[in-house]
Amino acid sequence: MSRINEAFKDKKAFIPFITCGDPDIETTRALVNEMVKNGADLVELGIPFSDPTAEGPTIQGANLRALSGGINKEKIFNMVKALREEDNITIPLVFMTYANVVFSYDADKFFKTCQEIGIDGVILPDLPYEEKGEFKEISEKYGVDLISLIAPTSANRIAMIAKEAKGFIYIVSSLGVTGTRTSITTDVASIVKVVKENTDVPCAIGFGISTPEQAKTMSLCADGVIVGSAIVKIIAQHGKASVDPVGEFVHNMKTAIN
Amino acid sequence: MSENNGRFGIHGGQYIPETLMNAVIELEEAYNHYKNDPEFQQELTELLNNYGNRPSGLYYAKKLTRELGGAKIYLKREDLNHTGAHKINNVLGQALLAKKMGKTRLIAETGAGQHGVATATAAALLDMECVVFMGEEDTKRQALNVYRMKLLGADVIPVTTGTATLKDAVSEAMREWTSRIDDTHYCLGSVMGPHPFPIIVRDFQAVISKEIKEQILKAEGRLPDAVIACVGGGSNAIGSFYNFIEDKDVRLIGCEAAGRGIDTFETAATINTGKLGIFHGMKSYFCQDDEGQIAPVYSISAGLDYPGVGPEHAYLHDIGRAEYVPVTDDEAVEAFEFLSRTEGIIPAIESSHAVAYAMKLAPTMDKDKIIVITISGRGDKDVAAIARYRGENIYE
Repeated sequence: MSRINEAFKDKKAFIPFITCGDPDIETTRALVNEMVKNGADLVELGIPFSDPTAEGPTIQGANLRALSGGINKEKIFNMVKALREEDNITIPLVFMTYANVVFSYDADKFFKTCQEIGIDGVILPDLPYEEKGEFKEISEKYGVDLISLIAPTSANRIAMIAKEAKGFIYIVSSLGVTGTRTSITTDVASIVKVVKENTDVPCAIGFGISTPEQAKTMSLCADGVIVGSAIVKIIAQHGKASVDPVGEFVHNMKTAIN
Repeated sequence: MSENNGRFGIHGGQYIPETLMNAVIELEEAYNHYKNDPEFQQELTELLNNYGNRPSGLYYAKKLTRELGGAKIYLKREDLNHTGAHKINNVLGQALLAKKMGKTRLIAETGAGQHGVATATAAALLDMECVVFMGEEDTKRQALNVYRMKLLGADVIPVTTGTATLKDAVSEAMREWTSRIDDTHYCLGSVMGPHPFPIIVRDFQAVISKEIKEQILKAEGRLPDAVIACVGGGSNAIGSFYNFIEDKDVRLIGCEAAGRGIDTFETAATINTGKLGIFHGMKSYFCQDDEGQIAPVYSISAGLDYPGVGPEHAYLHDIGRAEYVPVTDDEAVEAFEFLSRTEGIIPAIESSHAVAYAMKLAPTMDKDKIIVITISGRGDKDVAAIARYRGENIYE
């Protein structure tokens, strides 16, 4: 059983997302530590990309801030290493980035590095089922889970995707890009039902979740919830001083779902 | 997926969010159905001919030929199409297809504004809603086209993210499509993006080379020695090349926007300076840095100011079937002025890149050789910008 599976064992997993290097890599490291202290069960670490086509304005902004601050993959890899070796972070960590970031680095080298530094999974929103072949064997060779996404429009594709899923399944709650929403109208429970008929891999819901109430509602029909933009907004507002308010936010969300 | 799984060699594919997968699958199925439907084809042909003003002429540029003193030069006059560019060929096809699919709303990206104007035009004609995404930088460079789109009833959304140019307009149109799919067709303007767009757009633009072939055979009784077109995403070029790909003796030459030169960072010459990558739904060549971040490209021409190139061009480059040459801003502006003076034809600054390379090539060829240059669009939209380039401060 992979470390990712452990995160969902006997509890609803709370999965925060932050963009590495926003506002700087030292703060990213402190944020991960604080989020873990406050109950994060798995952390999604965004590797910035110049043109994040699946992101709304909030996370686009984080990508640009991080890139203009001079972030690069080497600094991110070193930070993850420090989290594992010096800070003794043991929960699963996954990267969220775009296919070109992996491809341009050389996919074999990228997944090998993930294994070496202790990354458990990789989420690539621009790599649908049809294109997974590009990285599937390589990721498996290094024991890193290539996370599958299921969207409100997936319909007849849900079973096919679920059957081959590894680590956990990222269920996209709403149409559109990432960002907070006042309401989530997709019938997520029906999607989860089809997923469960086809796999034992846990599923977490993301996109648009920003309040403890939303998190609670969503957690009732899945194994975990993912929150990105709401946290990135706090970071955008407080910068280097965002560690405490983010910790408090994570604490409240975690309490709401369990 | 059909046609080699949407691949051209190693290029192409469908690198898009899961949210859009069923939309592109539905589009492919609809396209495969209608492309073999005689009624659809007849309807499209009538629109292209009676509304779009096809076939466009193949004009023997006698004075240009004489001035350059080498190969005989013909101009394929896509600038004479309705809306002033080749973009209408693709848009009429896609809008009609979208209408048949039950869509009521078209969204599009635009660089120079020509594709946006064409989409707004088709939307007006076919009673569809239209939203065009345009980089804020380009809305300034091409203010006239912005007003033109509004006049036609479209909403124009200035995109302020990234470099605020064509690349960002494509990203924003893709984001919009993921949020509203049911009633909306993304009318992509070039032979790029995820499968099936590169094939659909190529097929609708292939009318250019189909006509060139018929017209040159009639005029000269033989095929040309070279076909030259400008390449941004590459739609007028692939349209100009497509029916000549099997005719190995016809040189196919794509002219990329080198901006201030391919040895500078201010360039948009993707095949000449980029490397293999994955972006905007496709695997192809992209201008990017060592970290895989897409580069902020530059060209005087808003329509060629794009960091990628269509996957079929990347493939034609790989197999050596087509050549891709860089043309600088300076060369393009000189060609813009030269063609205006010699033939009384003001070409779009995009098309001027193709004219510029022909001006270098023609004198090196014998007088019995034939070159066809595709004039992809008319240059009226560029006049004010060229005047400013020459230091004359006129505004539209």
